[in-house]
Amino acid sequence: MKLNLPKNLLKINDLYVGYKTYRGLSKVLNGVHLSVNVGERVGLIGESGCGKTTTMKSILRILPSNAEINKGEIYFRGKDVLKMDKKELDELRRKYIAMIFQDPTAALNPVFKVETQLADLIKYSLGEAKTKEEIRERCLKLLEEVALPDPERVLDSYPFQLSGGMRQRVCIAMALATPRQLLIADEPTTNLDVTIQDQILRLIKDVVIKRKLSVIFISHALGAVREFVDRVYVMYAGDIVEVAQTEDIFSDPLHPYTRGLLESTPKLTGGGIATGIAGRIPDYVNPPPGCRFHTRCNQRLSKCKKEKPPFIKMNGNRGVACWLYH
Amino acid sequence: MEIEVLHAGFITRKVGKLKEKKQGDSILVVENLTKHFKTSYGTVHAVDNIGFDIKYGETFGLVGESGSGKTTTGYVIMGIYAPTSGKITFKGQDISVPARKRPKSIKRDMSIVFQDPASSLNPAKTIKDIVALPLKIQGLVKDDAELERKVEELLNAVELPPERFMYRLPRDLGGGEKQAVAIARAIATNPSFIVLDEPTSALDVSVQAKIINTLIKLQKDLNLSYLFITHDLSLMRNVASRVAIMYLGKIYEYAPTSMFFQNPLHPYTKMLLASVPVLSREEEKLKPQGIKSRGEIPSAVNPPPGCRFHTRCPFAKEICKTKEPKFVMFENEHYVACHLYH
Amino acid sequence: MKPKIISRIKQSRMFESAKRKWFKFSRGKLSLVGLGMAVTSILIALLAPWIAPHPEDVTKITHLERVHLPPCFEYPFGTDYMGRDILSRTIFGFRFSLMMAGVVLTLTAPVGVVLGLIAGARKGIIETIIMRTADIFIAVPALVLALAICSVLTPNIFNAMMAVSLMWWPWYTRLTYNVTSSLRNEYFVQAAELMGASTFHIIFREIFPNCLGPILTKITLDVGWVILIGSSLSFVGLGAQPPTPDLGTMVAQGGDFMPDFWWESVFPAMAIAFIIMGFNLLGDGVKDMFTE
Repeated sequence: MKLNLPKNLLKINDLYVGYKTYRGLSKVLNGVHLSVNVGERVGLIGESGCGKTTTMKSILRILPSNAEINKGEIYFRGKDVLKMDKKELDELRRKYIAMIFQDPTAALNPVFKVETQLADLIKYSLGEAKTKEEIRERCLKLLEEVALPDPERVLDSYPFQLSGGMRQRVCIAMALATPRQLLIADEPTTNLDVTIQDQILRLIKDVVIKRKLSVIFISHALGAVREFVDRVYVMYAGDIVEVAQTEDIFSDPLHPYTRGLLESTPKLTGGGIATGIAGRIPDYVNPPPGCRFHTRCNQRLSKCKKEKPPFIKMNGNRGVACWLYH
Repeated sequence: MEIEVLHAGFITRKVGKLKEKKQGDSILVVENLTKHFKTSYGTVHAVDNIGFDIKYGETFGLVGESGSGKTTTGYVIMGIYAPTSGKITFKGQDISVPARKRPKSIKRDMSIVFQDPASSLNPAKTIKDIVALPLKIQGLVKDDAELERKVEELLNAVELPPERFMYRLPRDLGGGEKQAVAIARAIATNPSFIVLDEPTSALDVSVQAKIINTLIKLQKDLNLSYLFITHDLSLMRNVASRVAIMYLGKIYEYAPTSMFFQNPLHPYTKMLLASVPVLSREEEKLKPQGIKSRGEIPSAVNPPPGCRFHTRCPFAKEICKTKEPKFVMFENEHYVACHLYH
Repeated sequence: MKPKIISRIKQSRMFESAKRKWFKFSRGKLSLVGLGMAVTSILIALLAPWIAPHPEDVTKITHLERVHLPPCFEYPFGTDYMGRDILSRTIFGFRFSLMMAGVVLTLTAPVGVVLGLIAGARKGIIETIIMRTADIFIAVPALVLALAICSVLTPNIFNAMMAVSLMWWPWYTRLTYNVTSSLRNEYFVQAAELMGASTFHIIFREIFPNCLGPILTKITLDVGWVILIGSSLSFVGLGAQPPTPDLGTMVAQGGDFMPDFWWESVFPAMAIAFIIMGFNLLGDGVKDMFTE
């Protein structure tokens, strides 16, 4: 892993992924591209079924058995993850990329105490022979870093004895147990209460900035993403439809889907509920031709049915895949 | 600032005449409602002595996080649980008993839409059977032909084309569509009152918008009253006409929607509003400054004495730890239970 | 909507549902093998009188001129100590074994399932009575119970079936009870209760359709088990009596002549293995059919 491109930590190029089903091949990812620079926080927003989880699982190559990667590359520190052998993959998963999942209860093993799970990580990832006391010290420090009150008690507890917010903090501690370069957070706060959500988001942000980690923050909760990331990718039906700096995406969305999403979100200031976006996500076995969003778009042109719009870069470090901007 | 001691929502027996007037246009009145659960850990004080009323045709919002007791309140009103104590009055009738003891006419008049669309629909049945079930049980249709017609009508009302959905199974439907089916089932018996327990929490934002619009349209067309339970404050702002906020089994603030959001009084309300993730600068300005979320909700088995929020409250005083605050009317119809306002 | 359109839609949905089930079933290649073996077994059992070359050999008949003949063209499985054609007897053996499985499961499955549904849906004393009774029957080792019962009663195939049935039903009760208990708290059951549905409706029309998956899987796998236990009973002489061509009995009788006249035990034993394996593999496929 010595080849080092200076800024680009992760670069997904033209990724096509499908799942084999009884009706045929479900062509979920349709040419996804995404890049994360060193120390950058990137958000990936999109609704359920748009392929965000598939993308993330492709990065770590933890896709289910009926998935096939048809085309594309995923470069991490210059090397293509999709071509890595088992040893390199193991190293990737242990040393370089960490993940936080949506459901902390499912991510923690219910039959082992927190200390055991944290200690296992430290032992296997570092591979150094440390004494039990040293490891415990390390665990305590980690738990303090994630602002857990009474870390001693937490270490000696089983996951079911902790609240949801505390479990998620433990998961964050596990993700940070060893030095990493990239953190992938998949809906880390969606299952938590609003007040706890706020605390956890602030915590992750603090830790990430302190450790200079790059982050991919995946969520369908637009507000949470806005408070956390520098740059946003908007995904629809396996396509990246828009990319921009956070401010720009939320104040001046270009793609009709992004606009629809923002309009559909209820505002704290009132103003009623918009009508949402007509239609439903496409059938991936028989996706619509051309732009996958055209069947639901209220600004579609005749070209949209025939040809898939290419992704064009625009001023201000943004880009959009839409015929309206050609 | 007027100070009158009240039980949030309506005036207590002390001022008798006013009570008659208010109760006349209330479809549902909840008084001193308490629900405790006996578990192996101890007694869970899910709901403790709350009261409010819902007027005909309005959407009453109950907001709170997990453990607040809002879902339990909805369930007790529907009769899934029997109240430990207190009284529930529906259209003037006392219904403080579990559902199986309530008359059929009441069961027909109230329905509920649950939080999880996946579990709300029997996976082994077609959509037609699911929506038709209340009609069959209540005996509202004479024959199969009429049943089919009625189901078509209901599916059209929630904007699910019958020819595409009637014979599908729930697993073929998306979350929003499942929830639309649950709503169609809820309105099948032509009720006057529906409890909506986090109806869109499991749904994406664009789908949520459709469902909410369907609910609003139905409310107008069918003259429905809603008890809308959610933790999503931005959503509540746009659907409810009055809002009550619950924490650990008690209601702490209660106001018409615009007042609730523009002038939140209780520290918990402020903390909750300050934690809401928003999308625009205008919304940021509305959020209370100077207060950040801290702490976690204590266990409902041993709720803190005095004001239950005092363990997390940045403004807690000595009295808050020992004495429960009583409701005070701050402005017209805006009540708060907090020692800061006594 | 016109009735014709409705029935067309209904049919196409049912067709799609069947197609999806078949896809899930046929993904495991062994399941298809199992299906073939099971169907073959059933066909052999049904068509026994017509495909057995010497159907008269299943009765009390002796052909002392052709005892202990090794497998040859005339008698592909050889003949036994009475001179009877083993192939024909094995074919009829399929019939007896599958008949036993059929009878036992037809008795025990419905009874066990209904008891499990009732216990799971109605908590309290009914649940306790049903489940503790089931526990008692399960606690006694199956074969021992069957042996005990059979040795008290006259040994014949009918009593063997009764004995096996008696210790088989509680497993269905337990299985159904588990599924029912977990489904009871689902929202759709709550919704039905709130509408005023009767307990009967909730148990049989709401919960039961969701139990079919595990139950059908278990029934398929149980065919093998029942046959095995039944054959074991016959093997020790407590089930079917000679001259009934029960596969277990045949194995037992042939055992006296091992290893010289090996075909008299081996072919019936292979038949038992064939049936059990077929239904076990089929059972895996059935399980896949009902898994998402």
